[in-house]
Amino acid sequence: MSDHEYTPSSKFGKWFNDRLPLLSLVNHLTDYPTPKNLNYWWTFGGILTFCLITQIVTGLVLAMHYIAHVDHAFSSVEHIMRDVNYGWLLRYVHANGASMFFLAVYIHIFRALFYGSYKAPREIIWIIGIIIYLLMMAAAFMGYVLPWGQMSFWGATVITNLFSAIPLVGESITTWLWGGYSVDNPTLTRFFTLHYLLPFLILGLVVLHIWALHVPGNNNPVGIDIKKPSKDTVPFHPYIVIKDAFALLMFLIIFAMFVFYSPNVLGHADNYIEANPLVTPAHIVPEWYLLPFYAILRSVPDKLMGVIAMLSAILILAALPWLDTSKIRSAVFRPLYKQFYWILVADVLILGYVGAMPAEGLYLLIARIGTIYYFAHFLIILPVLGLKEKTLPLPLSITEPVLGGSPNLAAARDKVEKIS
Amino acid sequence: MSDKNDKKKTERRDFLFTATAAAGAVGVGAAIWPVVDQMNPDASVKALASTEVDISSVQPGQSLTVLWRGKPVFIKRRTDQEIQKAREVSLGDLKHPEKDEDRVKKPEWLVMLGVCTHLGCVPLTDKGDYDGWFCPCHGSHYDTSGRIRKGPAPTNMEVPKYEFVNNNTIKIG
Repeated sequence: MSDHEYTPSSKFGKWFNDRLPLLSLVNHLTDYPTPKNLNYWWTFGGILTFCLITQIVTGLVLAMHYIAHVDHAFSSVEHIMRDVNYGWLLRYVHANGASMFFLAVYIHIFRALFYGSYKAPREIIWIIGIIIYLLMMAAAFMGYVLPWGQMSFWGATVITNLFSAIPLVGESITTWLWGGYSVDNPTLTRFFTLHYLLPFLILGLVVLHIWALHVPGNNNPVGIDIKKPSKDTVPFHPYIVIKDAFALLMFLIIFAMFVFYSPNVLGHADNYIEANPLVTPAHIVPEWYLLPFYAILRSVPDKLMGVIAMLSAILILAALPWLDTSKIRSAVFRPLYKQFYWILVADVLILGYVGAMPAEGLYLLIARIGTIYYFAHFLIILPVLGLKEKTLPLPLSITEPVLGGSPNLAAARDKVEKIS
Repeated sequence: MSDKNDKKKTERRDFLFTATAAAGAVGVGAAIWPVVDQMNPDASVKALASTEVDISSVQPGQSLTVLWRGKPVFIKRRTDQEIQKAREVSLGDLKHPEKDEDRVKKPEWLVMLGVCTHLGCVPLTDKGDYDGWFCPCHGSHYDTSGRIRKGPAPTNMEVPKYEFVNNNTIKIG
């Protein structure tokens, strides 16, 4: 929150602002004091906002041509690709946009994990973020069903069947979700409705996410509390705006590479075959961004337990602020945590890889070890590490390593000793 | 307000609060239910409840897959060997113990939903470790009676309600 009172300069501005303080809000957003040591990993919030808006805009125009009916859905998507002006571009941007959205969100999440951004006083920001992530997965899944290809149909069948694992009421819930006795037209129309709705819920949560962020302000690579505004901060505009814009540009280069040079590389060829309820494709795989959780699901030999393990793998993140007992935020000052962090990154990547492979033999074994390690990281390593780990001394301010003192840890250590 | 005894006495106002809240809760529930229930199978979906299948052309060892309520139904004419294999198994070896005799009306004809009880894929016929069915999605193996033998599926493939209208026709549903 900017601490100073804002008064618009024009008379009309003042008149308007007294009645609706919109200009005060704009002023808050432009002047918002931001730690001056933010690195490029902090630009993904802006990139994600861009992704969301891109999905909403392209989705809106695709919906003008798409027909949510089992007899027409598949051909209407082909109609978009072949007949609609720039339809191919809009669809490829939308489909690859989903992947880019997840790529950015994973970097955003892992940045928070590295720098301890989920810790007090930022728990609510983090939990809202997890809810956004869950809604993103739901939206992406339902969007994938809409083209009504083989992967759409069987992906929908497998995912909705997860609910049948619930004891007693599972079957009724599944039938209710389907609106029939299998994935069929009623399922398609409701998925389309919800796919249209969810991005706007996400947008609302993004507003809350940013609002909650603006209360304590940004975390930073050093992970210490800073005074705002102070020597340690710069105003959001123009400093962060320009930096975010540059990062977005770099991101768009990658985005454009996918859209224009390999628009189908992240998809699955089977989805260009129309849905057939009599034939399951030989090898069902979800989109790449869901693979680690899919690997966890398959690694458990029991249906209900598999579903529980998969859901817990996501929900456990919401408890992270309390599972991580360390008071130090940034991994820069946590030598052991830093190593476990990279092991977790590797673990998730490995789970993603085996999730794409058949669930048998060595792959299954790796998936099981990966799953156990994933849970151990959050339930055992983090709580214990926070109590046992010998952390490095923190600098007194972020300015100290940047301007006054040296970035050298020994120098910082000296200063801490002098003071204490 | 000033009197201490007010706290304990149930007043007309407390009654009104409780009654209003209760009526409100019932009202909200009644308003929400249609919104929830509209997602359940509608009359047109329920109307497609049965289908008749001509099975005269199916030879022993062959099978037929038909669509019933949007789901595949396997109609398999089993060979004597397959029947024998299904009946030899002791119930103790089964994850979901069911006698083959209880799963068929005529031993030769096995009729069941071709839906894996794990996550709903369609298993492949004459595949797997037990020469019955094999689900390619997550590796469940079924025997010649459609019973789960190995893999993550919790139960045997479901037998729908069906009847032999005559020797050449089965009515499912």
